[in-house]
Amino acid sequence: MNKPTLDPEIVRFIETCLEKEHPDSYLIAVLHKVQEKYGYLSKEHMYEVAQRLQVPTSVVSGVATFYHFFRLRPAGKYAVSVCLGTACFVKGADKVLDAFRSELGIDLGETSSDLLFSLESSRCLGVCALAPVVTINGKVYSKVTPQQVPQLIDQVREDEMM
Amino acid sequence: MRNVEIYIDDEKLTVSEETTIMQAAEQIGIRIPRLCYHPDLSVEGACRVCIVEVEGSNKYITSCSTKVWDGMRVRTNSPEIRMARRDIVELILDNHPMECQTCERDGNCELQNLAYSLGVRERLYEGRRKQHPIESSSASVIRNAEKCILCRRCVRVCSEVQGIHNLSQLHRGFHTVVAPAFEDGMADSVCINCGQCINVCPTAAFLEKPHTERVWNALADPNKIVIAQIAPAIRAAIGEGFYLPPGTPCTGKTVTALRRLGFDAVFDTNFGADLTIVEEANEFAERLKKGENLPLLTSCSPGWIKFMEHFYPELIPNASSCKSPMQMLSTMLKTYYAEKRGIDPRSIYVVGIMPCVAKKFEIERPEHFAPAGYPYTDAVLTTRELIWMIKAYGIDFTRLPDGEFDLPLGFSTGAADLFGTTGGVMEAALRTAAEKLTGKPLTDLNFTQVRAVEGLREATIRFGEYELNVAVANGLNNAKTILEKVKAGEKQYHLIELMACPGGCIGGGGQPYPPPGYYVLDKEINRLRAGALYSIDEAKTVRKSHENPYIMKLYEEYLGQPGSHKAHELLHTTYTAREPKGIK
Repeated sequence: MNKPTLDPEIVRFIETCLEKEHPDSYLIAVLHKVQEKYGYLSKEHMYEVAQRLQVPTSVVSGVATFYHFFRLRPAGKYAVSVCLGTACFVKGADKVLDAFRSELGIDLGETSSDLLFSLESSRCLGVCALAPVVTINGKVYSKVTPQQVPQLIDQVREDEMM
Repeated sequence: MRNVEIYIDDEKLTVSEETTIMQAAEQIGIRIPRLCYHPDLSVEGACRVCIVEVEGSNKYITSCSTKVWDGMRVRTNSPEIRMARRDIVELILDNHPMECQTCERDGNCELQNLAYSLGVRERLYEGRRKQHPIESSSASVIRNAEKCILCRRCVRVCSEVQGIHNLSQLHRGFHTVVAPAFEDGMADSVCINCGQCINVCPTAAFLEKPHTERVWNALADPNKIVIAQIAPAIRAAIGEGFYLPPGTPCTGKTVTALRRLGFDAVFDTNFGADLTIVEEANEFAERLKKGENLPLLTSCSPGWIKFMEHFYPELIPNASSCKSPMQMLSTMLKTYYAEKRGIDPRSIYVVGIMPCVAKKFEIERPEHFAPAGYPYTDAVLTTRELIWMIKAYGIDFTRLPDGEFDLPLGFSTGAADLFGTTGGVMEAALRTAAEKLTGKPLTDLNFTQVRAVEGLREATIRFGEYELNVAVANGLNNAKTILEKVKAGEKQYHLIELMACPGGCIGGGGQPYPPPGYYVLDKEINRLRAGALYSIDEAKTVRKSHENPYIMKLYEEYLGQPGSHKAHELLHTTYTAREPKGIK
């Protein structure tokens, strides 16, 4: 964890924070910038933020895990988003979500270890007649059943192999 | 600050407006039930157990975090408030494992006591409970988040008293967990193993890594010569485990108890302390002569040493290279003693009985292994673990006759006893350094100006032509304060004693949980424990480390001179900068 790798622009931003009255109060602002730049907060970057801003690493880690906005793993190449709006939900979207959870071995907001998939939820895409709805990188899949989930995932993996 | 008039349970009292309801109630002898509250830490208000009724308020008010106001009328007890408190504790228990009978804290758990005293007699809600694996990567501290009730006392002691900030609350809601950054193992964190989280935890969410099983096994092994050494702070605190008043010196009974447990020899870490002083005074005199690497920082406290390695690696050249007294004695046991008795050092099993959890880490440091690959110390029992073993064996401790340490490594001077309390290493070092530097005998042996009950103390000591600026710090936040002054260079310090735990070793992370009437980190307990050590010192005829006749013999027969090549090889050690870096 020795090599500093933070973008020079973020380092400069931290330096301006250090000149202010309560530098530690800029922690969230700094983390926002890191996530904006890299898409997520890596352990190495959080460690470096702690060192530069002189905020305990445990506090940085506490803030990063408290707010759902912060991602702790890079987003997957394919964003799987399960609609949990009312119509989809009554049509069994929760069971579809569970199927994705167990098939990918990850929870909402997480990324699979092969960095291929991340699992998210959305609220109503306005196509309730097609409920339950799942999107994978924007492509809409309608009337999805839990049984279809392994197939959907395999399809993406196959496309990826080609 | 003005005074206000308030009523608590219809009793009128006048208190300062800075007083909290909880403190005011204590003045009239009412102890409002509490859980997350700790008098020496910041007020958290997390557990809600200390709620009271306040006239005019439509909700219950936490008495720990609310200050009184003029005319306030408080009710600490009513059927409703008792039921509310009981419900709160019931809900805490609903997310807590029901493992009391098999739990390490059974019988001295604050949550268990509270549930009993509030009348929780049944569990109404069965539901999902948090599930976390036991985290045991550290050589010293085990973290069991399933038993954590999120009172944050550990978080507060780790940051406010120790300045480590290793623990923090991570995630949120049901998933909240107290852990080091990134939920890393304690072994991979800036944890310095002081064990104060264990001390302040009301449950068993933090515990020391047990060595009792390996010690029982060694004691049962006929091929092993099992040797105990006891730290000075043990004798001042072990009695509390057997309902003796704090501050009852129990040296002789502890020795007898250890023999009953089956130890083949019982030596005194104090001998190691005398040896440390002789080596360290020599090191100090040399640095003073050369004007090099001053101030000298003491090195007895393994918690402080790891703190330095994470937080102040730039000061490593200032640290004394002397091993801690425990490690000096263990090394002498497996070299000098083994040779003298003609025994294979591999058949010797050394158990340190320590008030300290960090000692368990210290014995695993690669620097503390003999060149042939075996450790100099094989196991470390905390005071608590020894108390448990004595009870498990069935020894009636309070009725034991006083025993005597074995010789030669069991004889010690009064100076060594002082090692157990803050300022003690300094006082012991000054007794020897004064005579070494001036060549004249000291008239007054008591250096009361370095007895740092308040956590940080500075003094200027004069002997002959020498004027020495010294400082004593206990609790690592105090250490930070003095080290920052050293780095700022406002004044030339010569010698600084540092101990990780508040009060020194007597307040160590392995000491008994407080007896009824006292709280954890209670300064009064530490005052009584220190008093025991000062009384032992006063009662001894030899009170200067360098006058210990067995130490003189050890140098004559084995080591040569203090600071000799052999002494360096066996009694000194090295330190390394560690990752992750601490935030000062």
